[in-house]
Amino acid sequence: MLGEPDGSEHDLHPEELLRGDHETAQEPLLPELLKKRLLVITGKGGVGKSTVTAGLALLASDLGKRVLVVEVDAKGDIASKFEHPPVGFVPVEVHPNVSVLAMDTEASLREYLRLNLRIPVVGRIGPIARVFDFVATAAPGVKEVLTIGKIAWEVRESIAGRAPWDLVIVDAAATGHVVAQLGAPDAIKDLVSVGPIRSQTEWMTDLLADPAITALNVVTTPEEMPVSETIDLVARARSELDVPLGAVFVNRVLPELFTRAEESAFEALSGEAVRSQLESELGLDLSDGVESVLSGARLAVTMRRSRAEHLSDLRAAVDLPMLYLPYLFTRSHGVRETRVVADALSAEFGL
Amino acid sequence: MTAGSLDGVVASKEILIVCGSGGVGKTSIAAAIALGAASRVGGKVLVITIDPAKQLASALGLEEIGNSESRVPDSAFKEAGLTPRGELWVAMLDMKESWDSLVLRHAPDAETASKILNNSLYDNITSRFVQSHDYIAMERLFEIHATGTYDLIVIDTPPTRNALDFLEAPHRMAEFFGGRLLRWLTAPYRAGGGRGARLVNFASKPFYQVADRILGTQFLQDIAEFFLNFQSMYDGFVARAQVVERLLHDRRTTFLVVTTLESAPLREAEIFCGELTKREFPCGALITNKTLPESFTAEAGAEAGAALIANAHRLAEVLAETGVEALADSAIDERVLRTVGESFGNFSVVAAREAELRVELQAWIEGELVNVPSLDADIHDLSGLAEIADHLFT
Repeated sequence: MLGEPDGSEHDLHPEELLRGDHETAQEPLLPELLKKRLLVITGKGGVGKSTVTAGLALLASDLGKRVLVVEVDAKGDIASKFEHPPVGFVPVEVHPNVSVLAMDTEASLREYLRLNLRIPVVGRIGPIARVFDFVATAAPGVKEVLTIGKIAWEVRESIAGRAPWDLVIVDAAATGHVVAQLGAPDAIKDLVSVGPIRSQTEWMTDLLADPAITALNVVTTPEEMPVSETIDLVARARSELDVPLGAVFVNRVLPELFTRAEESAFEALSGEAVRSQLESELGLDLSDGVESVLSGARLAVTMRRSRAEHLSDLRAAVDLPMLYLPYLFTRSHGVRETRVVADALSAEFGL
Repeated sequence: MTAGSLDGVVASKEILIVCGSGGVGKTSIAAAIALGAASRVGGKVLVITIDPAKQLASALGLEEIGNSESRVPDSAFKEAGLTPRGELWVAMLDMKESWDSLVLRHAPDAETASKILNNSLYDNITSRFVQSHDYIAMERLFEIHATGTYDLIVIDTPPTRNALDFLEAPHRMAEFFGGRLLRWLTAPYRAGGGRGARLVNFASKPFYQVADRILGTQFLQDIAEFFLNFQSMYDGFVARAQVVERLLHDRRTTFLVVTTLESAPLREAEIFCGELTKREFPCGALITNKTLPESFTAEAGAEAGAALIANAHRLAEVLAETGVEALADSAIDERVLRTVGESFGNFSVVAAREAELRVELQAWIEGELVNVPSLDADIHDLSGLAEIADHLFT
């Protein structure tokens, strides 16, 4: 099965592989996603997780929502997508109604101790934090609980009206790590039979499990590894987590160049005789250029075709709503790109 | 701009460490380098991969093999139309197996080893340990290099959130085992006579106070007990970590940084190259992967694209008269001509930006700058890797 795809697959037109039934069957589900309070966004490294997160945040703010974006890996990508310098653990508004905070487990521990255990830790957290860092590394789930705890706390406070957010969006860990992260509050119950951390994690589990509040979403691209990781993740999330799944965001989908009839015409155009006629019509000095243009279009068509096959694998294995985001032909990587993504999402949501 | 190549690097080095952030195509590049070296330079070449895509694994014949090295058969070369001058070997890094053998090697006796291996925290800890995957990769590299079996070893690095992590891995591993923190955590047990002893000074230390509030006493005890056993491997680990670190600094070792020309991986690659220089690690090449073909930036193409759009109507009428059945409908022909021209224009925007970025990179990169354009299909067999190798070597 790993060799050349057989002829029947080639006969399927990319249009059919790509579109399928998603517009009719999944349409009603999608706007629901924006009514949740917590959207967790994961995906394989390099698929554009932060780009989609930023676009989603901008779209939600367009719709009048006050959004908090939590950046778990803290690389400063989200803020830069709004042309803002990197932020810390205290939320900073990087765009009207879009605030960003970067996760910091030490700061989260400090806050946790202050809020939950009434231990004031002022200033001298240094040595304790180093020891803590060590235990947290060793003790499975502690760092994860502090991460999830902070996120869940912001959501709980916002629902209670004590924090200003209508929606919290998490630029989460990559697919390999997110299950451990979201499962941490639950996993720690198995490891710790008694103790304060046990009772402290129960409310987090409840909040994460509530389909009216939380949705776990995956970003992918129509390529082999991202698709297989997405399929694995969805299966693992279903079997190991009590967290509702939201949607799959398929990023960098190449445009459909041709309908079936047009594709036949394009094939004919590339034939030797036709091409030289075309070149002579345009004047001979352009013949190299015509060849470049035709091979460019051919590359776009074949790239899209191999991607369409991965996409059809994804659609066959994962029954979640899918949102398609185009490959962006833009110069910019900053807020301009975020705007284009937000607009594309808006169209996909049918808004 | 002259295209760089890995010819020099492959001819002069023994260990190539391929790194970069997730999703840039490290594994395929590592495999293609090894294939290129085996088919162009010769000798025994080994590529150590971490988590290859299924199709790549199958291209390398990696489906059945595990942690040990196996040879890619000459028949696979022939099927791909290649003539091997040397031997290509592949190994996949199995983290769990590598950790187990590490414990077995360094534990003072069989009883301690089995206590560690059977501790319920072991799996959890080794899979999340301070850069444990990175350390294991480096450790295995050292082990294989020490056997003197290969002329060239190419190692793919684990997907890390921070590409710097594995530079630090041996050092941190040593620091971790030698650290005050570990002694502190396990001290109450050693003082009290080992297993089952109560934490005598528990309440007096702020750390224990805090840790107990968060984790509970029992959990802390479990952890401490585990590390008490683990610590018996200290000497072996530290000595080994130091040798591994020396190997990374050896002049026969070089780093190859892979990136795409998207903003996030590129920024990470820039930071990483800077850190390599700062720590006096050699950076042999920066490989920009999955870029658009240079034909998209050709002046002639842009002109032709514009001409196709401008003359689409007239050209379509000519095409409809050629007698080719698929071209009989001039309305369709016109749309195709426009689309082809527009599509070229779209890709040109991205290709132009990429070309600009490569010029900027060329200005500061110390080693070679090597470009690998996007392949239009997935890699199914060695010929796909050979196609990448064609761009890596001259």
